[in-house]
Amino acid sequence: MNTDSMGYIFISSLLVNNFVLSYFLGICPFLGVSNKLGTATRMGGAVMFVMLVASLSAYGVHSLLVKIDALFLQLISYIVIIASTVQLVEMFIKKMSPALFRALGIFLPLITTNCAILGVALFQTNREYSFLQSIVFSFGAGAGFTLALVIMAGIREELDLASVPNIIKGAALTLMIAGIMSITFMGFAGLGGS
Amino acid sequence: MSDKQLKGQNFNTFMKGIWEENPVFFQLLGMCPVLAVSNSVMNALSMGMATTFVLVLSSTLVSLLRKLIPKQVRIATYILIIATFVTVAEYAIQAISLEVYKNLGAFISLIVVNCMILGRAEAFASKNKLGKSILDAFGVGIGFTFAIFCMGALREIIGNGTFAEIPVFGENYEPWVIMILPGGGFFALGVLLLFVNWYQQKTKKGATK
Repeated sequence: MNTDSMGYIFISSLLVNNFVLSYFLGICPFLGVSNKLGTATRMGGAVMFVMLVASLSAYGVHSLLVKIDALFLQLISYIVIIASTVQLVEMFIKKMSPALFRALGIFLPLITTNCAILGVALFQTNREYSFLQSIVFSFGAGAGFTLALVIMAGIREELDLASVPNIIKGAALTLMIAGIMSITFMGFAGLGGS
Repeated sequence: MSDKQLKGQNFNTFMKGIWEENPVFFQLLGMCPVLAVSNSVMNALSMGMATTFVLVLSSTLVSLLRKLIPKQVRIATYILIIATFVTVAEYAIQAISLEVYKNLGAFISLIVVNCMILGRAEAFASKNKLGKSILDAFGVGIGFTFAIFCMGALREIIGNGTFAEIPVFGENYEPWVIMILPGGGFFALGVLLLFVNWYQQKTKKGATK
């Protein structure tokens, strides 16, 4: 399959090069909010939305910066866009669902420092994706993040019932599971003919 | 406070970041680069150094400006300061070594979103004097470099049979390729955290006895 085709970009960012499990982006929320299934799903939704908006704006800003020859401002302008989008989402969620707002807690403003979002913006710029490709890419990446987060939350909810040695409880156990998940996701490598 | 006491306190500020409050092992901050660019010792070291550079400079500036920055927009200001220094670091690395720049790729830019740096700016540099903030940033930076170096060494030795590209085990060693791949990163960090937990529990027990 052509590496520029929409299907390839989507499958690649969703499964083969999953942002969490093969690029290690967005590890903090992945470890932090993956203890309950419901919260994880909604967190995934919020991240997906921010990612989409950030990717669209990043595309616009990048072409503007190229025009005025000020590429050194790229990083700074991207982070400003992301920070303001997150602020917007935060206000929206606070208004629409105070319960969810409390459940997400500190991790909501921390979406700003979620490397997955800046990662999407930077990768699409580096790979010189067109406008449509950028949208598909960011959507796939967001869906991939949500997928990994939800699977992890499901596993961790079940693990609460299991008895594990005290010493491995917490981050160490989560990381081991993430390792196994990452190996599982490597099985997708043949998809899309890469 | 006498001079000696002050010195001891400063030393403590510095040492705390390296082990007691190690950002990676105990606070679980800045995990993304630790996992992503720790597949070889060289990558890990250059990443650690770049992060320390940004951390020290941004802590310095935040500490200098701490009385001027309005409280409401402080996070945005910190991020802008950090982003500026990351841009500096990115261009500097590109000028010094193109090879390192290519190996680290987008992860140099991603230092901006390393929660450890923002965390230090918010929790320490915005409340403390210049000298202390610099010491703290150095301590935490070295702690981070130490952690990422451990990861890099572990993964390269097991996964490739080399240490900084010098063969360790001889020719008959069959490398565990999985340790270089993403999955291995998670395992290696899991094992390191396990070890740190175990050590902590052991020393705690020793103290109560």
